[in-house]
Formats: sequence, C-alpha cells, structure tokens
Amino acid sequence: MADTDATAEWHRVASVGEVEEDEPKPVRIGETLIALYNVGGKFYATADVCPHEFALLSDGYVEDDIVECPLHQARFHIPTGKVLDPPAEDDVPIFPVKVEGDDILVGIPKD
Amino acid sequence: MATDDRFVIIGAGQAAGRAAEAMRGQGFDGGVVIIGDEAYPPYERPPLSKQVLIGDDEPPSTYVHDPSYYEENNIELRLGVRAEAIDRTAKSISLSDGSALPYSKLLLATGSQLRRLSLPGSDLAEIRYLRGIDDSLAIRERMAPGAKVAVVGGGYIGLEVAAAARKRDCQVTVIEMLDQVLSRAVAPEVGTIFEAMHRDHGVDIRTSTPVTGFEGDSQVRRVLCGDAEAVDADVVVVGIGILPNDELASAAGLATDNGIIVDEHGQTDDKDIYAAGDVTNHPNAILGRRVRLESWQNAQNQAITAAKAMCGLEEPYTQVPWFWSDQYDVNLQMVGLPEQWSDLVIRGDTGALTFSAFYLDDGRVVGANAVNSARDIPIARQMIQRAAKVDSTALADPETSLRKLLKSLDG
Repeated sequence: MADTDATAEWHRVASVGEVEEDEPKPVRIGETLIALYNVGGKFYATADVCPHEFALLSDGYVEDDIVECPLHQARFHIPTGKVLDPPAEDDVPIFPVKVEGDDILVGIPKD
Repeated sequence: MATDDRFVIIGAGQAAGRAAEAMRGQGFDGGVVIIGDEAYPPYERPPLSKQVLIGDDEPPSTYVHDPSYYEENNIELRLGVRAEAIDRTAKSISLSDGSALPYSKLLLATGSQLRRLSLPGSDLAEIRYLRGIDDSLAIRERMAPGAKVAVVGGGYIGLEVAAAARKRDCQVTVIEMLDQVLSRAVAPEVGTIFEAMHRDHGVDIRTSTPVTGFEGDSQVRRVLCGDAEAVDADVVVVGIGILPNDELASAAGLATDNGIIVDEHGQTDDKDIYAAGDVTNHPNAILGRRVRLESWQNAQNQAITAAKAMCGLEEPYTQVPWFWSDQYDVNLQMVGLPEQWSDLVIRGDTGALTFSAFYLDDGRVVGANAVNSARDIPIARQMIQRAAKVDSTALADPETSLRKLLKSLDG
C-alpha cells in the first residue's frame, strides 16, 4: 500500500454501505469515470467505460468477480481488469481501492 | 502442430476475422488465409444500417481488426477474389483468379446473400439493397435532406434505414406486406410500440400493403402497391431478408438444409471442413432445436468455437441467441428465440419507451425484449438458460429486483 500511496492520489468516492454486491456503482474523479464493485465484501475499481465501444460497465451484469458489458457482452475479471471474452481485446484499466473507516477511497495515478 | 498446415477461411466477414484471431490465439502457427470477394478487411455489419448510414461513423470503424493486424499476425487476406469450388478429395479450392489453394482444414464463413424482389420494374436504378459497406455508402449519399425514401419491408433493417433517413431529414415511407412491422421478430404488443414510435418521428408506415411493382424513367420514381396508393420515391431501399450462402458447400457435396449442417463444434460432415456464422444450420442445446442465426453474436462466437475445434480444442457452442437494434434514441435488445408463448409480461413504462417484455410459456421465460433497458438482458438470458419458472406478478413489478428474483430461483 505504501508504494501505491506514493504514486497515487486518493479520493473518497463512496461509503461502504453504498456499494452493494453485484450492483456496481458509477463514480467520477475529475474526468475519470470509474465503476466501483463489491465482490464478497471486498471493493474494486475499474474504468467505467468498456475498452471496446462506449458503454458503462457499471450498467453491466456482475456475477462473482466478473463483469459483463451491457452493450456487446465482453467480460472482464474485476480484480485484475483482464479481458475474458471478446469483442473487447484490451483489458479494462483498474484502480487501487482502500477502505478507511466507512469511506471507500480510489487511487488515481499521479502525473 | 506442423507449421506447413494451412487453414483457409472462405468469406471475409466478422466470423472470418474472429476465427483467424482465435486460431492464432490457440497458438496455431501454420498458414491462415482469408478469401473474400469484397475489397474490405473483415468488418461488422450492424453499423451499416445505423451509425454509418446516418453518417456518424465511417467504414473503418466497422473493421473487426485494424488492417495492420493481419500482417502482424501473419494472416493472409486475399480480397477481391471468390472461391468458386471446393475439391474435397484434393483438399483444394479453386479461386476466381484461376489459381488453386490447398488447405489442411477449411472454414466456411460465407455468410448470407440478400433476398431480392422480382417484380415489374424491380431492376430500375435506385432500387437499392443494404448488405455491404458500399451499399451503405451509396444509400447514405442518396439520403439528402428532403429526399423521398421508400423502404420496402418493416423488419429491423427497414426500420433502421427509416430511422437513419429521418435523422438525415428525408421523407420516409415504410411499406410492409404484413399487418405489423417487426412481426417476425417481436410480439405484436412490442411491434405496435415500434410502429407508433416511427409515426411519432414522422415516418409514413403502410402495413398490410404488398408491393406489386415499380415505375420510373432513368431511375425508379414510384412504388406500386396494388390497389393501394402508390408511393413516390427518389430512392427505394429493400429489406426483405437474407438467405444463407450455402451453394459452395452443397456443390461440394456437404450436407445443407437452410444453411450448412454443422454440429455443436461447427464441424460439417467432412471432418476437415467447418462452418460458422449466418451460413450454418446448427444445434442449440438450450433451445433444444437446430437454428440458423443471422446475428453479430453468432458470427463472433460460433466462429471462435469452430476455430478452436480446428486447433483441437472442442468446446460446444451453446448460447442463448441475442440480437439488438438501434432506432432513433431507442436501443432494443432481444434474447431467446421464442416460437410460441402464452404470456407477455411487460415490466416498466412502455409510454416512456423504457421497458422490458418477457415471453413466458407455461410460466417459463423463453424470451425477452429490452427497450432502453439493457440491464435486464443478462438476467433474462439466465432465466431462459435455466428454463426458469418465474412469478409473472413479481416480474412485472419494477420494484422487484430482477437479480433477486433470479437468485430466488436458485433456492
């Protein structure tokens, strides 16, 4: 976590109770659209926009630790962002997440 | 795998692009050759009646891969050439340029061809069909503001063309032989909603109106509709369906019946020949019957299945069929392929064009349409896959979480 702290800027994006399991929550840090997930009580963040075409993964379907894009059914592994099924060819970017008390913080890489 | 093996793909559409990618993804390092009679690298067709036709996007946006991809992955694109015959004994293909191309395994991804009208005057200029990039660009060019566009056929393609034409400020008439638009695709209740939507957008929709011929001079000017009023036109776009391109396969003695007959791996009755995409008649274990699908999903995923099987990895192709259409600002998605249903359960607000329609047969979900409600589709798909019995009152209630309803079915 220390490494991440040095390279990321942390932003509070939600409280723990706001992100339900299987119901990703769209949040925004500046211009960056982020989808926040609760996978079995652990929180993850990916870019919200599918790397294939414009669609929001926060509108997608989550099963276990996989999110499916609502537009073309590409699937991504939430913890790693790895693309599992086409048509997407690229992984979806992920962001570090930490919980402080009741707050969920997402780290954005520093320039 | 021996590096002198050569996999040939006939057809250069979406299925071909995805199959070649999957072959390389499986580590196949022999030759991969794609044969296509159009000038373009593999591309996806859905935008041709949507973003490209409207003018929001250009053809390269439809390419499955950037053209450089093929070179980088040592995939040979032979474009502008047609496969004329398959010699299964010699394992060789005759091409329209007079050459012969040997294969170790062959994938037929020949897709579909247009159904064409054969009526008095139907060969007049500016009676157009929409299948390829060139068709889309030519129709777009004729869709100048104020142009009279007559659309023959009120299916998806016809209605997407109508929506694009209205977006380009054309005067649009849709002529449909049956008493309703989209009648082969959705329930009458949903078709009625789409018909009203198009009328609200200023489209003149004429149902129960058969086209009987065309009149014109150097080009078409009028669409004749029997006893009904004729329709003036600067351009006519005909969208009356497509047929599988299975002649090459049947001429080679492969089994065909409304498409090339394949098994769940895409294999034909010749163990070295596979087929994928629109052209196949394939088994679907979820539906419990054979189907031929004209869809983006099938072009992509059946091609991947067949390519993997050609590389030795057999995974049965089993998916709930899924389709979508975009008209104006409305996204319609469909899952399942219901042939009959006893109840149609509407969830949401039809007036606001934000709703889903669930097709129930004997209490089981057999299909669903989501109108600006794409989130409902994955859950509907699971319900179809499980042949789930669902309480229709709960389903109709937007306050009931679909996800929770699905979970309760597990218990």
